[in-house]
Amino acid sequence: MLERVRRRFCRLAPAVDRCVLRCVEEREQTLRVVRGIAQPVHTREDTGVMITVWDGGGTGYAATPDLSEAGLRDAIARAQEWAWLTRRHQVPALAPPPPIEGSAEHRTPVKRRWTSLTLAERLDLLARESTRLALHRHIVDWSVSLSHVVRESLLIGGEGGSIWQHHELMLPEMGVTASAGGESQTRTFGGYARARQGGLEVLEAVDFHHAAPRLAEEALSLLHAPQCSTETTALLLAPDQMVLQIHESIGHPLELDRILGDERNFAGTSFVTPEMFGHYRYGSPPLNITFDPLVPGELASYAYDDDGASAWREHIIRDGILLRPLGAGLSQARCGLPGVANARACDWTRPPIDRMANLNLEPGSASLGELVRQIERGLYMETNRSWSIDDSRNKFQFGCELGRLIVDGELAGLVKNPCYRGVSATFWRSLVGVGKDQQVLGVPNCGKGEPNQLLAVGHASPPCLFRDVQVFGGD
Amino acid sequence: MQTYFYRLVDAVTARLAGDEVLLCDYAGEVSDFIRFNHAEVRQAGSVTQHFLTLRLVRGRRQASLALGLSGASQTDLPRLHAALEALRELLDHVPEDPYLLYATEVHCSESRELGSLPASAEVLEAIDQEARGLDLVGLYAAGPIYRGFANSLGQRNWHERHDFHLDWSCHLRTDKAVKADYAGTCWSPAELGRRLAEVREQLRTLGLSPRRIPPGRYRAYLAPAALTEILHILGWGGFSLRAQHTQSSPLQRLVEGSARLHPAVTLAECTGEGTAPPFQGDGYARPPAVALVRRGEHAGSLVCPRSAMEFGVLGNGADAGEAPSALQMTAGDLPSTEVLQALDTGLYIGNLWYLSYSDRLAGRITGMTRFATFWVEAGRRVAPLEVMRFDDTVYEMLGTQLLALTRERELVPDRSTYGGRSTASLRLPGALLQGLRLTL
Repeated sequence: MLERVRRRFCRLAPAVDRCVLRCVEEREQTLRVVRGIAQPVHTREDTGVMITVWDGGGTGYAATPDLSEAGLRDAIARAQEWAWLTRRHQVPALAPPPPIEGSAEHRTPVKRRWTSLTLAERLDLLARESTRLALHRHIVDWSVSLSHVVRESLLIGGEGGSIWQHHELMLPEMGVTASAGGESQTRTFGGYARARQGGLEVLEAVDFHHAAPRLAEEALSLLHAPQCSTETTALLLAPDQMVLQIHESIGHPLELDRILGDERNFAGTSFVTPEMFGHYRYGSPPLNITFDPLVPGELASYAYDDDGASAWREHIIRDGILLRPLGAGLSQARCGLPGVANARACDWTRPPIDRMANLNLEPGSASLGELVRQIERGLYMETNRSWSIDDSRNKFQFGCELGRLIVDGELAGLVKNPCYRGVSATFWRSLVGVGKDQQVLGVPNCGKGEPNQLLAVGHASPPCLFRDVQVFGGD
Repeated sequence: MQTYFYRLVDAVTARLAGDEVLLCDYAGEVSDFIRFNHAEVRQAGSVTQHFLTLRLVRGRRQASLALGLSGASQTDLPRLHAALEALRELLDHVPEDPYLLYATEVHCSESRELGSLPASAEVLEAIDQEARGLDLVGLYAAGPIYRGFANSLGQRNWHERHDFHLDWSCHLRTDKAVKADYAGTCWSPAELGRRLAEVREQLRTLGLSPRRIPPGRYRAYLAPAALTEILHILGWGGFSLRAQHTQSSPLQRLVEGSARLHPAVTLAECTGEGTAPPFQGDGYARPPAVALVRRGEHAGSLVCPRSAMEFGVLGNGADAGEAPSALQMTAGDLPSTEVLQALDTGLYIGNLWYLSYSDRLAGRITGMTRFATFWVEAGRRVAPLEVMRFDDTVYEMLGTQLLALTRERELVPDRSTYGGRSTASLRLPGALLQGLRLTL
């Protein structure tokens, strides 16, 4: 299929400044067992192309699912028409990306294929975990799911160069709600935070088969836990909460298209300004953030972005100092700042914009126990359940599923409904400890862009310790 | 597209065997998108997409396959025939579904709203003329949206709407901005000019020195766009029968009768007055209105066919997500022209943003003020406000702290374009609150 599209496009490519075709073919199957009942098996298959034309100072795109010669010809004509229409109205410096030269390929490593289990075996696997969640009469809701996504993309320049990438994603999730006496508590496997690239081997890597009884026990125990107290204290965040903390208060504010104002009507702006790069103290010295689309198995790994730029690892924040934004070639050209290879589109219907890929907090040297022992009195919080941040990505509030007191250097009893709030511009400066055990996690549904795009990003982080954080509980 | 959809369905259903039943759910659109920054074009293009979800039922077994269609029958028909075979094979390996339920009584319908949409060049010229000198950011989305349902029992439903939605904000500096939109089926450059003139007027007030206020409880007016955000998040499980039965609804206390909202609060899902299709993916017609909250008390829930089977109640045409798509709140008696005088001193909140539950079961919601939010003294806007975080329960905001709802209501179209342009909308008044709890 992709080869046929390539040949057709090479025949039809118009004589314009630049013309690029991006073809995406995606197949997804989702299996779910809810309260012990297998839900209808759902499969999705979708293929289409986006053709982008740069010509005479204008740019336009046309996306179509019609891959026939007539379909491609029509899409090229529409993209050319848009380029003509926008030539007098366009934001300055929207130059085309560099030409795609030669041919390149990239494929997600897969050890254990999705089809190595039959459909019945996959459903059985979920049913077993479902049974292990429903271990008490106070468990009122429980579910287990597994999605498998195969995404092939082909980027072709009018000059004949091409990039083919094949990505395979595994998205395991489970959740359990315990309820008694007017109180409900829910524990999840991270709300899809444990999604990764790869095959069924991901389930072992994320310990899927041992999670259910622990989550159910914790949901039951939380029913009887006291509310998290209101105070300013030391806060130790587990990796599955650090994911959201990194995502919302480092990743988004550093997206260069936000800084350039593209997102001000929807996803928001940023408290970060272009002048800050190179010297601004974003966090304390233990804070080291890398942009690394080359980590095998992390959720947003790739060899090339959707503009065809070759991906590389880059420090974004080193020893707490802000170095460069998350901006792709186009944004870099608009403002003269360095950036990364992060032009990404959610599928064939949407154009690439600046996105996070894998944005990771680099490990330190302390074990979890050593971090806990540093705390005389404080809180440990695990698994994000609530997130809110202002449109400059500064004032935030997060809630977690599970809290635990830390007293005299030891983990103590559970607390329920733990929340904390802060301000990005100062919060990262209160980072005083970084664990050594980094967990590879991610956010499979990051929303951004007009028209809107949902896209997977990866975040790896160890547990991190912060001083003097406002914490509080529920009603 | 309607004829094309029905022809595909006829061709596939002709291949059914034995007691097989086929349900076909179609969603498509042909959209123009123009994205603006600094009142200039950032990205512009067209997107054509067609999705057909085939659901094959045999006895009590079912499986579904969503296919992106090309729109050309010589390509699509062989794929649909192959999809039917693939679904048959799946059915051999899936267990029986005790909660399977779909419409068996044939109910056909057609609804269309065909507007007068402008050429893209006309939109670009209008923005160029009317937004000159403004730092305008936003999205113009326009074109036909199609929804269809058909089944092998002979049911046919079609919903088609040709509309546009220009959603924008005009920025003065940093995060100081005024948000507005213009949506409909008949484009008028003069109407766009009128709305942009109003924005220019509001921007004058935004130019004043911003006011910082400490956390605390403040008298506040929530404009309809701000109240929309609160009702929108309540739609995530608040009205869902499934969420209520699994003790996870943010309105659990309302449903169980241990808490109530203000008697002025009446909410209903009014498909008959919204822009969403009057049918759902299992083939059931959506009733014109479903009462959800009546005079502050729980009055009903959204029930999809699956929940109806699982919990032994009657369904009422909800989608599987049991979220509203045409929610309406009854108006109050405060004239909109008297809002500032009634507020006297406090916050005029034009928009809220990024809401999330800080304690879901307690109905406690946190979020941020955004865009045009002003400090008002003696009924006059005296300064824009620095963004503030609120954290309050729905039982306070729409309960003990609610003073009045405006007499006029606004229709707020859902501007979401995730996966496609939304057909949902809300109609609601503004709300005057005795106190809104600000925390950061």
